[in-house]
Amino acid sequence: MGELRDLYQEVILDHSKRPKNFGELAGANRQAEGYNPLCGDRETVYVRLEDDVLKEVGFRGAGCAISTASASMMTESLKGRTRGEAEALFERFHDLITGKNGAPKPGAPELGKLEVFSGVREFPVRIKCATLPWHTLKAALAGEDRTVSTELTEGPKAESGGA
Amino acid sequence: MSSAVPVREPGRAAAPLLDVEALRRDFPILARTVHGRPLVYLDNAATTQKPTPVIEAAADLYGRYYGNIHRGVHELSVQATDAYERSREKVRAFVNAAETREIVFVRGTTEAINLVAQTLGRQRVGEGDEVVITALEHHSNIVPWQLLCDEKRANLRVLPIDRTGEVRVEELERLLTPRTKIVSVAHVSNALGTLLPIRKIVEIAHARGIPVLVDGAQAVPRLAVDVQEIGCDFYAFSAHKMYGPTGIGVLYGRAELLEEMPPYQGGGDMISSVSFEKTTWNVLPYKFEAGTPDIAGAIGLGAAVDYLSRVGIGSVTAHEEDLLGYATSSLSALPGLTVVGTAPEKIGVLSFVLEGVHPHDVGTVLDQEGIAIRTGHHCAQPVMEFFGIPATARASLALYNTRAEIDALAEGIRKVQRMFR
Repeated sequence: MGELRDLYQEVILDHSKRPKNFGELAGANRQAEGYNPLCGDRETVYVRLEDDVLKEVGFRGAGCAISTASASMMTESLKGRTRGEAEALFERFHDLITGKNGAPKPGAPELGKLEVFSGVREFPVRIKCATLPWHTLKAALAGEDRTVSTELTEGPKAESGGA
Repeated sequence: MSSAVPVREPGRAAAPLLDVEALRRDFPILARTVHGRPLVYLDNAATTQKPTPVIEAAADLYGRYYGNIHRGVHELSVQATDAYERSREKVRAFVNAAETREIVFVRGTTEAINLVAQTLGRQRVGEGDEVVITALEHHSNIVPWQLLCDEKRANLRVLPIDRTGEVRVEELERLLTPRTKIVSVAHVSNALGTLLPIRKIVEIAHARGIPVLVDGAQAVPRLAVDVQEIGCDFYAFSAHKMYGPTGIGVLYGRAELLEEMPPYQGGGDMISSVSFEKTTWNVLPYKFEAGTPDIAGAIGLGAAVDYLSRVGIGSVTAHEEDLLGYATSSLSALPGLTVVGTAPEKIGVLSFVLEGVHPHDVGTVLDQEGIAIRTGHHCAQPVMEFFGIPATARASLALYNTRAEIDALAEGIRKVQRMFR
């Protein structure tokens, strides 16, 4: 049962129960909605972007423990970063949870606390839960006024199915 | 009148009890472990596991008598055709259709409904007309009608459900208008387990001359279905949910309507003669079976029908009713657990939510215990929306499930709760 504890680490459980930066962000000038059609999760990510710096990041919505904790910790780790740093961090995060060991881009920020999501790689069907807030953030930064679906961003369905 | 004889519902309580332990040995997969634990398979509404006779039917065909059907003069083709057509007759008898030609082989329930929408639907539904479904339909009984309604500028009307997940059938009369051309309803809800009063629905619709399609995907594996007694015009179901192979299903249609309907797809086997000037359609059911069909699938379905008949569908019903009652009381006793779908008439499906834990997390933890359930919207998003939840966890039953497995589920849920406390 070691794997399960690797997935649901205490830090993740804490963030899922008491998420940080939760709620509509006053003064946000970027926002996007993310949707995972497999589980029905919806999250809105808000950003206050000033001179290419993410001054504040917040989110709202209902999701599983993994997506809620991921959103919460994402908002914490992005505050004060530039748009480029945010995107580079997502790339590293994505590599971490998909088990890729690519060399990080020069200058890419350290994952820091986000390392706790490494257990997700043993649960391929849960990757979309962890990446939903990040894909949503990307759409918000791109100023895309549409709902981001994990089905369009993470490729073919891993666990859909009839009835 | 003396009451010496206990009052029983006909055909139900009288059915012999299943020897579940013996039946489990017919399903090789049930012997395996998942994450080091014995498999507890409770995702039967998504698809059921296969007994050995079904698994062997395909190997037997391919190893001994495989050839294309309906066209060869050679022995293999004759034998394969015989087996394919015997399966059709088995299916006819199983759902008590009046004629074998009323049984059309399709890919599954979804294709069966699309077939009717694209043939009878396109023939009869025009601008401003209406198609009536219920609020608890699977997406496969919503989207084909939306496509039709979009094309024809017709309107989809929805018969509502109440908080228990029961269809408010008393509102059907008001919902039907002279513009209603088709009524299409589930027999059993895949998301909630509600058993719909389809005989009553058919009666109300037929009083106004409106044809009725019944989506029987969840009913055929657990209830005795008699299409003549139900009186519906179409009845659709899938082999893979009734212990048969994937890729094959059945559309039952009343011959009179099937005769009137244009073909669904064009190709080989569905014609009687082709020239560049004029092509004439084959007779029923071949008019609707264009191209080489899933021969192995149909023969496997025949094996599944034989299996279910041997086990006794009445006994399966009684077994699942007993298990659902047991599961409902054991799970309801868990603090923080709410059963979603509490209609008085229910079978086979137990949907629930856990306070403070997302269904997806419930599913992951249970999977580590070897317990397979479904989490999500169950291809019934409007149902989730009605109950104001994004998803549920769903345990769904089959003839091989046991009370011990329900106990394992309850223990697994307690573990989830300890973890997320």
